[in-house]
Amino acid sequence: MTVSTMIPGSPERAELLQQAVKGRSLWDDARARLLRNKAAVAGMIVLVLMVLLAVIGPLFTPFAYDTVTKTDVWAAPGTGGHLLGADSLGRDLLARLFAGLGVSLGIGVVATAVSLIIGVAWGATAGYLGGKVDEVMMRMVDTLYSLPFIFFVILLMVTFGKNIFLIFLAIGAVEWLTMARIVRGQTLSLKQKEFIEAARAAGLGSGAIIARHIVPNLLGPVVVYVTLTIPAIIIAESFLSFLGLGVQAPMASLGTLISNGAKDMEMAPWLLIFPSVTMVLTLMAFNFIGDGLRDALDPKDR
Amino acid sequence: MLRFLSRRLLVAIPTLFLVVTLAFFMMRAAPGSPFVNERQLTPEIQKTVEAKYGFDRPLIEQYGRYIWDAMRGDFGPSLKYRDKTVLEILNDNYKVSLWLGLSAITAASIIGVFLGVMAALRQNRAVDYGTMAIAILGVCIPTFVTAPLLVLLFGSTLGWLPLAGWRWEEVAGVQFPSWRNMILPVTVLALPQIAIISRLVRAGMIEVLRSNYVRTARAKGLPEGMIVRKHALRAAILPLVSYLGPACAGLLTGSLVVEQIFNLPGLGKFFVISALQRDYTVVMGMVIFYAALILILNLIADMLYAALDPRVRLA
Repeated sequence: MTVSTMIPGSPERAELLQQAVKGRSLWDDARARLLRNKAAVAGMIVLVLMVLLAVIGPLFTPFAYDTVTKTDVWAAPGTGGHLLGADSLGRDLLARLFAGLGVSLGIGVVATAVSLIIGVAWGATAGYLGGKVDEVMMRMVDTLYSLPFIFFVILLMVTFGKNIFLIFLAIGAVEWLTMARIVRGQTLSLKQKEFIEAARAAGLGSGAIIARHIVPNLLGPVVVYVTLTIPAIIIAESFLSFLGLGVQAPMASLGTLISNGAKDMEMAPWLLIFPSVTMVLTLMAFNFIGDGLRDALDPKDR
Repeated sequence: MLRFLSRRLLVAIPTLFLVVTLAFFMMRAAPGSPFVNERQLTPEIQKTVEAKYGFDRPLIEQYGRYIWDAMRGDFGPSLKYRDKTVLEILNDNYKVSLWLGLSAITAASIIGVFLGVMAALRQNRAVDYGTMAIAILGVCIPTFVTAPLLVLLFGSTLGWLPLAGWRWEEVAGVQFPSWRNMILPVTVLALPQIAIISRLVRAGMIEVLRSNYVRTARAKGLPEGMIVRKHALRAAILPLVSYLGPACAGLLTGSLVVEQIFNLPGLGKFFVISALQRDYTVVMGMVIFYAALILILNLIADMLYAALDPRVRLA
């Protein structure tokens, strides 16, 4: 400490006071820890790259994702202007890969949002109200957990047609269970805290306390779980597409591309390899970010 | 134990009932009918066919009749495979799925526990990093990617293993599947489970090795091998037992893809085809079969857990 900081009114002292007051929030700490984690940073870079490719990539490809060029059927990578080759109908793989990546990421984000809304509302309500309500609500979750869900998703797709919005809903409605469990556990410990008691003393109703005090404080574990749900949903969608129940042609998702690639892999292995690599990189990016976030936010390891 | 079992059964039976009800009405809400897609039937004939299977009755009556029949073990005839009953179809095809599933979960448990223990004992060293790399890859590479890539590598390119199909071989009067046909599908099914199990066991083992009773065992001067096997592993393996239920659901999902890719005559392949063809009775039969299987496995896992962990009370 230099002498100048001791003089009242000096700019150095003002600066020091400023620093002292500012402090470091939980999120500042978490961000610093996250940025020190090399795997998580690499994951973020890959993810940003993937999103950019999906959003602006299609503007730079010479072909549209559904342009059929008869002369380019099964063009090898690098021939006929197809950087990654072309498929059995002569459609450019690069353009289809960008489109498919966009669809997969989009479904991942939207379906996660659906599962987030249902899971947080359910878990926070059960955890906050407690008692019989909690028991019944969580027993329902346990029951649903033990069901062969893939059957219901398949039945849903068969029942209501292969509609892309339905894929969002069906998968999101299946993936909320774990979210509800996590949120309930957190809520149970949160509701013992003084600030909740203060809110209740101030006359706030249960609904307002859940929405304004409980849910915002759940953010940490929820964020971690969201980053792990998105890849799970991308896999689920691709799985449906693989069985022919997901995204319909000529639209593509990573799942349909891999599925088609697997059919033609003897003729044109690149149709299988490029989409597979893209998918694995994307999933790994999400998993690394999720693991990094967990390490950064988990109070247990501090 | 008996009270616990009856309590769990009291939950399991309504659950099964719920599954059956949901599946029944979802299937019936689907547009289309099992008799539409094939030869154009005249309206009269279509009516006769529907009447034969009771489809002209009110839906609620059909539901009641189905439940009544199903409770007595009669799942009806298939609507597409005219000369077969649902039970016959299940009976013809469950063996392949069972072999696949059991082999995969056995292999995954053995390899997963081994890798997890090794990683925990050599924490933050090469073995640990290697195992965790496998674990991450196993979680990130879905079955529908590993399956075609392995076929491409070991089937088409190297020619070591058959591309697809299933063969039974008779050894001493018992039918066994040919291991050459099994190895790729089982690997594909087991890989994600190995990843999850090795992670679970590693985490459990690291925690247990730090615990007081392990320190006591060390202080007594027991050899390290005995501490690991007799004291640590027994506690570290508990999360694996409670994971067995979800693992079976995961295997089930995987088997749908694996049976399709490797063209195996199992149940998974039948389910998707039957759902698309609106073969109501076959779909219902399979939903009941799988739901019951998963419920029973969960029950067994719970009981096993309680038997292994004296802290859990079965009340």
